[in-house]
Amino acid sequence: MLFNESVRIALTALLANKLRSALTMLGIIIGVGAVIAMVSVGMGVRQKVTNSIASLGSNMLIVSPGSANSGGVRSAAGSNVKLKLEDSDAIKSKIKNIDYVSPTVSSSYQIVNGNQNWNSTVQGVTPEYMAIRSLVVSTGSFITQNDINTRNRVAVIGTTVATNLFGTSNPVGKTIRVNNSPYKIIGILESKGQSSMGQDQDDVVIVPLTTAQERLLGITYVKSINIQVSNANQMDQVQNEIETLLRQRHRIFGDKEDDFSVRNLTSLMQTMNETTTMLTLFLGSIAAISLIVGGIGIMNIMMVSVTERTREIGIRKALGATFKNIMMQFLIESVVIGVIGGLLGVGFGCAVSLAIAKIGGFNTVITAAPILISFGVSVGIGLFFGIYPARKAALLDPIEALRYE
Amino acid sequence: MKITIQLSGIKKLYQIGDQEVAALDGIDLNIQAGEFVAIMGPSGSGKSTLMNILGCLDRPTIGSYKLDGEEVARLTDDALAQTRNKKIGFVFQNFNLLSRISALDNVALPLVYAGVGRKERSTRAMQVLEAVGLGPRAYHQPNELSGGQRQRVAIARALVNDPHIIMADEPTGNLDTRSTHEIMEIFQNLHNENRTIILVTHEPDIAACASRQLLVRDGRITRDEGKGVKMDVV
Repeated sequence: MLFNESVRIALTALLANKLRSALTMLGIIIGVGAVIAMVSVGMGVRQKVTNSIASLGSNMLIVSPGSANSGGVRSAAGSNVKLKLEDSDAIKSKIKNIDYVSPTVSSSYQIVNGNQNWNSTVQGVTPEYMAIRSLVVSTGSFITQNDINTRNRVAVIGTTVATNLFGTSNPVGKTIRVNNSPYKIIGILESKGQSSMGQDQDDVVIVPLTTAQERLLGITYVKSINIQVSNANQMDQVQNEIETLLRQRHRIFGDKEDDFSVRNLTSLMQTMNETTTMLTLFLGSIAAISLIVGGIGIMNIMMVSVTERTREIGIRKALGATFKNIMMQFLIESVVIGVIGGLLGVGFGCAVSLAIAKIGGFNTVITAAPILISFGVSVGIGLFFGIYPARKAALLDPIEALRYE
Repeated sequence: MKITIQLSGIKKLYQIGDQEVAALDGIDLNIQAGEFVAIMGPSGSGKSTLMNILGCLDRPTIGSYKLDGEEVARLTDDALAQTRNKKIGFVFQNFNLLSRISALDNVALPLVYAGVGRKERSTRAMQVLEAVGLGPRAYHQPNELSGGQRQRVAIARALVNDPHIIMADEPTGNLDTRSTHEIMEIFQNLHNENRTIILVTHEPDIAACASRQLLVRDGRITRDEGKGVKMDVV
């Protein structure tokens, strides 16, 4: 018997019981839909986290001073004062495979404009900071090398600071007071929103590094050096080179402890990725359970169908249907439920995912993998849960089956 | 004349509890091609079991069954199914038509399992339907037909693959007198076309239409009349 003959018989049988077939498919539709929708939510969260970490700057290494050690008493991390601007220059000139090096200092100050005031973080940076943190100046300009050389009293402010001190008016060209000294605003940063840690990245005042060191803080060291590595694969190598270089410069030999630490944002990214992957798997596997429940629904209805059509099976066998013929007929019937249910489920899942994005405001990402996998699984489920009922039908004794009322 | 069915020492045993019950207890029977045989007997006599074995729906426990010279008593289920498909046409008391498909598709069903292509199936099914006088009803479903018409569809289905042997199990049991006449007339015509017809019935006047009458009692053939006689049309 031809294969498409079996398909035709199966479709006829499914059409004869439209409501029942539709309800059976519903189990698969919901299962496949749930997998696609849930995985798209999980992938959405993952993408959002990845993006926000990337907005900190990709391929970043952060060198910060270690704790000060005076006579065996260790202070808090970062209290060490040995990390200098010269270290930063040395890294820049001696280490290969790096794009930018940006030393920074920072401290909190009360910022005043007329009768408005606002407490914000003041960061002293070099021009490279803009590239390394992917900052964009929406109006005005950024700190220049000239500002660094002449320790100019200029500032670039974030949108939060701008709104709080100037309301809706354009602050560029105006003057703010930081620590009672006037600073001219030369630029406004484009909003970056919240960081993945929940910090407001727009609540910031940026001044030239040398200005911050000498005019504001009165220090000679830097609080951190941000380094952007050219290639993600070279992160570990570059990190090792920087550690070796700084140990030489700081004259730390043998197994003495570093007086600085180099952190790698990639490892943070990896942790976050692991977490969100777990979340995606978790959501997906809960949805997969409903897919299996749908499969059991197929099996259930196929069992009923076989019992109900015992007589038909008897007739077909008496007329010459072989084991394979009957097996194929019922197997194809359940696979067709899986295929149609799976296709509708893919549509349903994509629709739900878009609805979640539109109405729920979640970020959802639909990718090919969950669609293909869940569709494949639904066809597989139709096949798997169809085998037992189909076998039962094919093994029926024609005499018994013909006698069945 | 050519012997088409050759049964020797056929026994069918059933285990009921720890007792062995013989539904057929040593049947020896030869049926020649073209014979019209009626099998009679009270219920429980074993005539249905004999019919099932003759129709290749069942296998004997002991004994040999040669159909057209081929031993079929030990064939596998699938081989038996193919034998039924090619050599035997069935007509049942309760018609056994598939209710969801048209008369034409019902008639074409054996051809599906014979691997005949779709177009040829319809042509051949239509031919036999016309032969039993149901051409205009080809696209009706069985529940839109009368009992007599349904049985004619069933006979058309039995004939569609052109088998040597027609097995009919109480074919007129559910029909009124007029339809009974029509159906028996068809069987007579088939007999005249030289097909072998085996008919199970408990009505003596139906059995009288056959050229040979067998009486089965307690799993044995107790009477065998009109063997080898070919009767003319009644």
